Amino acid sequence: MRARRMTHALITATAAGSLLVACSGAGAGGSSGGSKSINVLMVGNPQMEDIAKLTKSTFTKDTGIKVNFTVLPENELRDKVTQDIATQAGQYDVATIGAYEVPIWTKNGWLHELGSYADKDTGFDKADLLKPMVQSLSGSDGKLYALPFYGESSMLMYNKDVMAAKGVTVPEHPTWQQIADIAARVDGAEPGMKGICLRGLAGWGELGAPLTSVVNTFGGTWFTKDWKAQVNSPAFKKATNFYVNLVRQHGEAGAPQAGFTECLNALSQKKAAMWYDATSAAGSLEDPASSKIAGHVGYAYAPTVQTKSSGWLWAWAWAMPKTTKNADAASKFMLWASSKKYENLVGAKLGWSRVPAGKRASTYAIPQYQKAAGSFGDITLKSIEQADPANPGVQPRPTVGIQYVAIPEFQDLGTKVTQEISAAIAGKTSVDKALDDGQKLAGDVAKNYQK
Amino acid sequence: MTTLTAPPKTAPPPARPRKSPGTAKWKRRIPLLPALIFTIAVTQLPFVATLVISTFQWNILKPGERHFVGLDNFTFVFTDERLRTAVLNTIVLTASVVLLSVVLGLGLAMLLDRRFAGRGLARTLLIAPFLVMPVAAALLFKHALYNPDYGLLNGTLNAIYRLFGADNGPTVDWISSYPMPAVVLSLVWQWTPFMMLILLAGLQAQPGDVLEAARMDGASAMATFRHITLPHLRQYIELGVLLGTIYIVQTFDAVYTITQGGPGSQTTNLPYEIYLTMFRKYEYGQAAAAGVVVVLGAIVIATFALRTIASLFREEASR
Repeated sequence: MRARRMTHALITATAAGSLLVACSGAGAGGSSGGSKSINVLMVGNPQMEDIAKLTKSTFTKDTGIKVNFTVLPENELRDKVTQDIATQAGQYDVATIGAYEVPIWTKNGWLHELGSYADKDTGFDKADLLKPMVQSLSGSDGKLYALPFYGESSMLMYNKDVMAAKGVTVPEHPTWQQIADIAARVDGAEPGMKGICLRGLAGWGELGAPLTSVVNTFGGTWFTKDWKAQVNSPAFKKATNFYVNLVRQHGEAGAPQAGFTECLNALSQKKAAMWYDATSAAGSLEDPASSKIAGHVGYAYAPTVQTKSSGWLWAWAWAMPKTTKNADAASKFMLWASSKKYENLVGAKLGWSRVPAGKRASTYAIPQYQKAAGSFGDITLKSIEQADPANPGVQPRPTVGIQYVAIPEFQDLGTKVTQEISAAIAGKTSVDKALDDGQKLAGDVAKNYQK
Repeated sequence: MTTLTAPPKTAPPPARPRKSPGTAKWKRRIPLLPALIFTIAVTQLPFVATLVISTFQWNILKPGERHFVGLDNFTFVFTDERLRTAVLNTIVLTASVVLLSVVLGLGLAMLLDRRFAGRGLARTLLIAPFLVMPVAAALLFKHALYNPDYGLLNGTLNAIYRLFGADNGPTVDWISSYPMPAVVLSLVWQWTPFMMLILLAGLQAQPGDVLEAARMDGASAMATFRHITLPHLRQYIELGVLLGTIYIVQTFDAVYTITQGGPGSQTTNLPYEIYLTMFRKYEYGQAAAAGVVVVLGAIVIATFALRTIASLFREEASR
């Protein structure tokens, strides 16, 4: 009798426990506050931490609008913001989202159009925003749905001292074959130093980003214009084999676990001689407090094969969910945060290397910024300008986006396929097997779109 | 439960209780009902909600496409290759962690069962791993031990190689080369203390006279252990295995932190796969269905666990 009663209690507890986990996140309570207070959800990158510090003494002081910030790491932010907006919970008036989300969410009708707010604000100067940024943050109706806070492309970064010691010159516009040759030559240049660091950590936003930009320039694509999956096509296979072989032969130790952070450490701690990744990494590489090679970093454009350029494009941008009740106050905040005025404020108060750059042409004309970003500013700007999110490869694409496919299924598809490729980097499976499996998954996704 | 309460002094007229003893029972229960209803609402409604969700195709990124699909999600759960791999990984992970930590825990418990100077300190130190937060423990293993560049394992290897005159030892990428053992090892480190505690309690509950009699009869230590201690410990071991299984089946932190389920899906267990379904695929229906299946599995294990606990109590009571 007692045992049975206890069984029931335990069953109840087990069931409740598992299900509370399953249901968490669904019950976000909406608190609107007064019209003079807005809730902002943002990703915990350094640039966002800066704005959280600066808002009270400037924006709130000038406008009387109180801003409540919630800061989360990228993955948790994505989970939270997706659920908040998808369930129409309406907890947040402003959220940072990336270029990937904008077209998908716009299609679902979750976001407020922002172009008209930007047009009305005479000091904002919408025309100054870089064209690829505007393009990647617009809906299919051509209207602007998010205001960029900072943008990035990708480039090759390298240790100048090592190249000099080995007598190697890295071209300003290298090809991938040149980079592979250089990686072989500088591998082991110093004890424990590898030739190159490339992300090997599974995830559509980790390994998926650099790999897809390599696939583009090798002539591959995830999907053709009429939604035929191309994951095991010869070009995709060639690119992936190249990437995997390069990492296996001359890449960083522990490559299957290495993402952005690990590679940043590898290059800045002299464990790798080169690194192909986001342009936004330059700020950290040039920081003497954390980098052993500050001031000795060389920069080159993203390596290419068949395309003229191959840098990716990413933006963290402010978006306003349709559920907000404080549209006016929220728009004022977003316009301020993306303005030239704010960039100047950061430069004056925190230092010019910390300016949230990559979204405005005028940023690169500020003398102080030019001085602070001398070695990488120019390449960053040109890489972003050259990036063509609508047409990044050699064939037409069904969606806008360089290092991702802007469909809801891609988070899952990209994660699963990169898991297999990461396993290939670890030597646990072959690239061919990984991509054949990926083709099946991509084929299932494509069926949702074929007409 | 209620037997401790004395019968109410102001008893109702004698005819009524005889007519319907149930009424009196319910009268006594009425004050408890709100709590009962609250408990049912809090614990069971989410389960019902999950059951309902599991019959829908529901991807939150595609509003307007939600519709009832009956048992399709369950069909998916049982036929999906990735989920099958996840079930297999869960079993391998759970079984190896439980077995290893029971064996190690038993060894440590035997040592701690003896008297020696500093036993209290040793016991405290040995329990410590169990008190470390799972995420912190996983991070510790990932970075301090397994990292190919600055991890302790490769550092030790290199030091040994250097002792024998070599320049540098091999650079082993532990997590990628041995993903499952890497996760298992970190969990064994965490769970051995738990097993040790349970088994130590069992050892200390061992009647001294029996052991003494065995010694008088000239039984060897090995024979005493095999024929007296081990049978006595059986129920404690069962308890440790079952409780450990219930918890380790749910392992998430170690998998998420150390391997992210990889390489490929070699260490993707059920909780991590459900997490991916929920937060990468945003397929709530499929995640709910997989969750229901896991709960049912857990209930089966839990039932066995409770039987063991109950029989332990019975044994204690009969002593």
